[in-house]
Amino acid sequence: MAEPDAALGGPRPPSNTESMSPRGWRLAIVLVLGLVFSAGPLLFSSYWVGLLTQMVILAILAMSLDILLGYTGLPSLGHAAFFGVAAYAVGVLATVHGAGFWTCVAGGLLVGTLLSAVLGLIVSHVRDVYFLMITLALGMVLWGLSFRWIPVTGGDNGISDIPTLAAHSGLPFAGPLALYYVTLLVFIACAGVMALIVKSPFGLTLRGIRENEGRMKSLGFNTWLHCYLSYVIAGAFASVAGVAWAYYNGFVSPTYLDLTASSELFLMVTLGGPATLVGPVLGATAIVLLKNVMSAYTARWLLVLGIVYIVTILVAPKGVWNLGPSGRSR
Amino acid sequence: MNPPALVLEHVSRHFGGLKAVDDVSLTIQPCARHALIGPNGAGKTTLFNVISGELPATGGQISLFGEDVTRLAPHQRAARGIARTFQITKLFPNMTVIENMLLACEALDRRKLVMFRAVSSYADLNQRAAALVEQFGLSGRTHEVARNLSYGEQRKLEVALSLAGRPRLLLLDEPMAGLSAGESTSMHAMLEQLDPAIAVLLIEHDMDIAFAFAERVTVLHQGRMLTEGHKDEVSANLGVQQIYLGMGAAE
Repeated sequence: MAEPDAALGGPRPPSNTESMSPRGWRLAIVLVLGLVFSAGPLLFSSYWVGLLTQMVILAILAMSLDILLGYTGLPSLGHAAFFGVAAYAVGVLATVHGAGFWTCVAGGLLVGTLLSAVLGLIVSHVRDVYFLMITLALGMVLWGLSFRWIPVTGGDNGISDIPTLAAHSGLPFAGPLALYYVTLLVFIACAGVMALIVKSPFGLTLRGIRENEGRMKSLGFNTWLHCYLSYVIAGAFASVAGVAWAYYNGFVSPTYLDLTASSELFLMVTLGGPATLVGPVLGATAIVLLKNVMSAYTARWLLVLGIVYIVTILVAPKGVWNLGPSGRSR
Repeated sequence: MNPPALVLEHVSRHFGGLKAVDDVSLTIQPCARHALIGPNGAGKTTLFNVISGELPATGGQISLFGEDVTRLAPHQRAARGIARTFQITKLFPNMTVIENMLLACEALDRRKLVMFRAVSSYADLNQRAAALVEQFGLSGRTHEVARNLSYGEQRKLEVALSLAGRPRLLLLDEPMAGLSAGESTSMHAMLEQLDPAIAVLLIEHDMDIAFAFAERVTVLHQGRMLTEGHKDEVSANLGVQQIYLGMGAAE
């Protein structure tokens, strides 16, 4: 499976001088993830194929947040909004307006991306905890809109009966397995593009802003523009995930935009390893798995989420990806 | 006749009632070697921040190469040929030396917005970055993250970053501060080897270095310009000032 070489973008590239490199650990992670995502669905029941589909879609979403959070250093607590809004756009277009498949896909991507392009104008002026607060506030506003704008969104009931991918597109992708592999292809394409972005001259500037924005300005970078573009790129990929989710789930509700959704995303990136692209995939996989396993035992998912947060910060502050033999020592 | 590299006309920067920089007028010609000296708190670094745009001036006008830049942001001034170093090292600590250098090299390049091509595929950018790293004696540390460098190496990188954009006016804020005698000598040698076409404004505490490097010297005290002139005039005048200001005598 085409996993991006996230080590190149990591905040702590493996040093050649260390004899105990975390390379073996990382190779193991990539191999396991690659095996599970490529061959897993062929071996597991359809319930697990559904979970894997969720993991792959949320992995796209978590990677998109990582462009902002890990690479640019902008902590967004409202990132689920773009995901949710894109999913709503697909739902409204497909059910209310009876639009065709490609119109729905384009509409979802466009609405999500345009929203990030507008909100980006506001949020790109602030940093750190102010960025956190303003993205949180905007996320809550959009959640409120989805909850209260009943004529369009259906309020708490959400929008159901979004046609399946096969029925809507007319392409021969019937069944969960086919849907899974289509989603996986979308994931690979997105991961490839994001891997290229983080290695590009532009991607380098994002890390520079995270490291020292003042120096970036005095070197001649218009850091506002770079933060803005980073925000829009993240919003665009979140929209891709939102469109995929609408077709996977067939149903959209306000819970997709709420603070819990954004916090889960935040945790996926933190848990897996920020400023790497494999990290968010790992985080998404772990959180989806945990959520489904824990739901058999307790309804208090937020409590579990909080505990995982604390344990992550204590045990693996740089994420599981950086938890190799030497990754923990510093 | 080329316009001056930098013209300050009655430039002030007040913080409430504190006049950190007060009515400073100064002209720096292209190719000049100019030192800015004064006791702690004289407003030297504040003046640098006002010139480079980190702080807006509260009064007066600033021109770079004949163009009024008083209201421009730091990155816009950088695009017009100004570069600076910082007294407190400002690097990209978790990025490698070569990545630090690449960032500095692409800062004034249109390609900084290219998203769908790896930065490693631009041979010219990489060569220029590697050449600068080598010029500053850091080739052995190319792939080390900046925060693992020694202080002396970090100071070298600090200066190297400011040169990557091929500036026409360079502001150096105490490049020798905190360096050992040996490191200080090698830094001085590097400064002497700077392209003569670059106008340099240097803040320096060490009078020996300041007077050895510069032809013209400006003395700043409590935000105001005390003296400005050829180093011989200022030097002759300095005895009085040392008594008056209690400035550290030249070692």
